[in-house]
Order: sequence, then C-alpha cells, then structure tokens
Amino acid sequence: MNLRPDPTFHPTAKMAMAAPVETVAFTLMLSPDGSKPDGLAVVDVDPTSDTYGDILHSLFMPNLGDEFHHFGWNACSSALSPLTGHAFLERRYLIIPGIRSSRIYIIDVKEPLKAKIHKIIEPEELFEKTGYSRPHTIHCGPEGIYVSTLGGGGEDGTDGPPGIFIMDCETFEILGRYEMDRGIQDKHYDFWWNLPRDYMVSSEWGLPPQFENGIVPEDLLSNKYGHTIHFWDLRARKNVQSIDLGENHQMALEIRPAHDPAKEYGFCGVVVDTSNLQGAIFTWWRKEDGTFEAKKTITIDPVPADADDLPDLLKGFGACPPLVTDIDLSLDDRFLYVACWGLGEMHQYDVSDPMNPVLAGKVDLGGIVKKTKHPNGKDFGYGPQMVEISRDGKRVYWTNSLYSTWDDQFYPGERGAAMVCADVGKDGGLTLNKDFWVEFPEGYRSHQIRLEGGDCSTDSFCYPSV
Amino acid sequence: MTTQAALWWAVIVSGLYHGFNPGMGWPLAVSAALMERKTSALPGALLALAGGHFLAMCAILLPFSLMVTLVYWEGQIRLGAGLLVVGLGIYLLINRKHPRFLARVPPSKLALWSFLAAMAHGAGLMLVPIFLGICAPGSLDAGHEAAESLMASNVGMAFIVAGIHTLAMTLAGGALAVGMYFWLGLKFLTRSWFNLDVVWALSLILVGGIGIMTSSHTTLT
Repeated sequence: MNLRPDPTFHPTAKMAMAAPVETVAFTLMLSPDGSKPDGLAVVDVDPTSDTYGDILHSLFMPNLGDEFHHFGWNACSSALSPLTGHAFLERRYLIIPGIRSSRIYIIDVKEPLKAKIHKIIEPEELFEKTGYSRPHTIHCGPEGIYVSTLGGGGEDGTDGPPGIFIMDCETFEILGRYEMDRGIQDKHYDFWWNLPRDYMVSSEWGLPPQFENGIVPEDLLSNKYGHTIHFWDLRARKNVQSIDLGENHQMALEIRPAHDPAKEYGFCGVVVDTSNLQGAIFTWWRKEDGTFEAKKTITIDPVPADADDLPDLLKGFGACPPLVTDIDLSLDDRFLYVACWGLGEMHQYDVSDPMNPVLAGKVDLGGIVKKTKHPNGKDFGYGPQMVEISRDGKRVYWTNSLYSTWDDQFYPGERGAAMVCADVGKDGGLTLNKDFWVEFPEGYRSHQIRLEGGDCSTDSFCYPSV
Repeated sequence: MTTQAALWWAVIVSGLYHGFNPGMGWPLAVSAALMERKTSALPGALLALAGGHFLAMCAILLPFSLMVTLVYWEGQIRLGAGLLVVGLGIYLLINRKHPRFLARVPPSKLALWSFLAAMAHGAGLMLVPIFLGICAPGSLDAGHEAAESLMASNVGMAFIVAGIHTLAMTLAGGALAVGMYFWLGLKFLTRSWFNLDVVWALSLILVGGIGIMTSSHTTLT
C-alpha cells in the first residue's frame, strides 16, 4: 500500500500520454513444444541506452507447458475512482496466466531487473473455485482483478461455458465467478469496459477443442467459431445484449473501447470472414436509449497467391487471408493499429471518426507469402501479431507468434521469435525503427508485450480527457 | 472554550475531515460534471453524496438519541458507545481491506454509495461520542425534563448534529470539487489524495477513547 496514489495511475488518458516514457518492456516467451519453461523477458526500450533492444533480464518459470499468451497488471489507473476503494495499490505485479496449463503466476516486477515469482496459483485451485480453465485476458477494475477464460470445466474445457473470474487485488486469492446472468454467452475471449458508464463488452474465440491442437478447418468453414459480442451491465454482472456480427465473421477477438470514458464506442477485430477471406473491424457504440449497435467499418482484402506459396491449410483457396489477429487503440483514441498476421502487414487507421476509419500508415514485415525482411536485413518470421503502443502514441511495438499450434499450421517450421518497434509520424504514418531488434533465446516464441508504467491495452480511466 | 463549544467544533471538524477525504466521494462530482459535459451535474452529484452521508449519520445517531432518555444508564451507554467506536477503530487498523460490496454499487447511484461508504467506514460512529457529549444531561439540564420531551429534543439534536456535520462535509468536498473542476484540473486529484486509512482508524480510537474517559467522569459525578 502506498501513502499516495501510484505515480503511474492517471485520472485521464490524456494525462497518461504526458507521463514519462517507458524505459523497459516486458515480453512473454513461450516454448512452443513445451520442452522448456516459459518465461518473461525484460527488454531495454530506452533509445539512449547502450543496451537498447537487449533482453536485460529473463525470468523462467518452474513448470513446463504453460503456454504464455496474454498478461496484465495487478493495478492500473482504474484505482483512481473513489468507488473502487483501493486508490493506494501499487502497480507492481504482473499476472501471467498459462493458457494451456491454466496455472497463474504473480510476478513481482517492482525492480524489473530482479523480477521474481511472488505467488503461483495451481490449476486445481482455479478449477475448484470457478469451474473455468485456460485463463486469458487480465483487467483491473472495481471488484479487483478480472480474468477471462477460454474454457469451462472438465478435461477438454467443454463442461460448462467459459467466463470471467475475479481475484482479490491484494492477496491474489481467487474469489469466484463474475457472471450472475450470462445470457447466451457460451464462448469467450477478450473483454473491456467503460467504468463510469458501467458497461462491459466481451468477445468470442472458440472452445478449447477448436484451438488447442490447431485450428479446425471444418469448424471454421462451417462457421463454428465465435462471432458474437456481448454487452454487460458491469456491476450487476449481467449480460444485457448480445450482437451477432454474422456467422461468417469468424473469431471476434480483441475488444478496444475508446480510452476516454466520455466516448461510448469501441472496436472489435474479426480474424476472417469465411465468405470472402477478408479481415474486418467492427465499430460498436452505445445509443441514447442505452442499447448497443455494431457496424463493419474496415475490411481488408485477401491477396491472391500461388498454391505453392501457401501452407496446406490455405492451398485450396488460392489466396492469402489478412488474418486480423490483434488490434490496439492509441490513448488519444486517434489511431487504431491492426495486425494482419497472414499478409505480413501492420496497418494504422485514423479513427478520429470511428464510423469512417482512414488508412494512415502501413508497414510490411514478414507474412505467409511476402516474407518481407526487417530494414536491418534480418528475416522476420511469421507476421506482425501482438501489438502494443507507447502511452505517448509515438512508438508501436509488436511480436510475431499467434499461438503455438496455429503458428505451425500457417507458418510451418520454426521461424524464430521477434519483437520490433515502429515510429509514428506526427500526423500518422508508420516507419520501422531499424535499430530496434530483440534477439530471443533459441527455441522460444514471443507473445504479448507490456510497457513499464502501463500501456494502451492495460489502463482503464475514470475521468474524461478534457 | 466550554465543553459544549468544543463538542460543536468537533461536529464541524469531523465533517470537514470527511469532506476533504477523496475516498468519501468528492472526485465523483467532478467526474459527473465532466462526463455529462455540464457544470450543473457537479452540485447534483454533491447533493446526492451529501444525502447519502446525512442518512448514514441519522441511521447511527437516532438509535442513540432514543437511548439517551435512559438517563439512569447514561454513563454505561457512553461507555458502551466509546468501546464500540474504539473497537471499530482497532478492527479497521488490523483489517485494511475495503469492503468489496461497495464496488458493486453502480456509479449512477451516488447517494446509495455515499450512505454505504459512510456506514462501512464508521463515519457515523465517529460522531456518536461527540453527540452523546452534547446530549449529556448535565449540559441540557435534562435530568429534570420529562422523558418524552427529552426524547424529542434528543431526536431533534441528532438531526441537527447530522445536518451540521454533513453541511461541513459537503462544503469541504464541494470546495475541492469546484476548485478542481474550474481551476486546479485533474492533476490535483493525484497530488491531494493521501492514504488516510490509518489516520481514520486512529481517529475512531481517539474519539471513542475520549468518550470512554468522559463516561467514567459522568458516572462518578
């Protein structure tokens, strides 16, 4: 407990943008075959440092087969609402779930170079207390730490629907399920919210048998992955509306609400439209009467390709789909970054008008067919995937692995971990920084990135940017 | 300063103290005005917070105002109340966790939140020893009054104490909210917010302790 609010908590997104810039990043490393323990890399992102782009410290876990994916902080700017009653938490611990093992690590990064394990929650405890498995997205909010899961109970995670559970933000004890009335929600992926407006939005990937051993082509072609987003009364824990984006919009993943809580809209990325292989972004918004609506506002076309250049999975289509696997919104709610993991492109859209996004910048890197090299001459394996934006919006970082078994289907063979950085122009535009390149240890892949002091997909703000 | 004057000052000072503490809600008034993009939402939110706080004070003080009519047990009641307040202070000192049910109150129900927050943190109990001091028979010459009129005057006194306390609280919180909204900006929030958990618990122990000491004094005389 602090005597003053943590200096990395900010009342508004605008104030967070003006805070000191990040000097280290935390990046998850996973062993795709589970032969080595997964780990957390502390990366130097201070351009003035001699070790810029180096991994300064690595912490490896004491178990095998966790499969690290997403992670988050124990506390963020959401603590600055008197309603939460915990304004004096420290932003100090990273909550890292193993998406395959269902084990959860609490890592103390008060001193990043001495990052250490603070607590381990074994999978059995999660199963027993929640009936959920395969923990995924982390957000800190009114009742503590909220964690979404991808699986229900039982061996294959299909015994009951997946959902969200709540952890105590001080003791990290699992308190129980979040939902009181889940409505038709039966799959899960991401979630985020607008705290003062008291609503939450959640999305759907698929059930564990649909992803753990790789993508199931029959399920995809018969539109059995998630395609619905759910709107919740956050504090009443009740699903108030579900919007089906259309069954061809397979895998509605990342939910990115505007950071300024006065704005009542946000975005959701759809991996693939099975009717035409497009990638898509939907804009969702709350109407005057309190109900929600969603509309497709960005489409990204597939690119025709020779069957010889495509993996077995895609040979029959004669085209490379964009595969929109991650999106992220800058703190000023101006630029939406869209990772096209299949094409090997990172798009930057100006979403000042959320209903009419305009492509403002683009970087080619990697890709199934294009295999664009980094400006430093090195091969970038896979495609741009998990993307994170600096608080000031001037730097965009990304890694290249999607999910161990899916990587192998779309990009057969080991292609190596990567983390790169691109600089943002004053009025948009995106240019790769040729001096920033992270060398990861052999046999690992890289996944989500978190920036020191919070970034564009961690903090929830309680006051409007004015 | 007479004891009575000191006690009334205590009612006001405790109100200012509750009001200045952001944990009691004044930043929510700023948030409401900013969210709704209209200044008039600020006094509206302050009023809701004040209403909830006032009700919480009354909910605690009224039962005690009825008990004060048991003049014979006056010392014991003051002793018991003092012990209760000290006990809550010690409990809050040991258990620093904020009650989680408060986080389930929707932001639109500010009065309810304010009521529950005041109840949960013992804001009303902090006033009890002060209130009992004000109602002490010696000071009101109550010993000679009939039980009914005594009860009526004490009930009235409970409303007055709760009202003055809440007024002081609202003026303090309102001044900060207005200052932040018009001039100081949201930066002021993180600069002015101090962790008062320990101070709060110690305040309860202090007020309760004084209540206990003065109760033995009354009993003896």
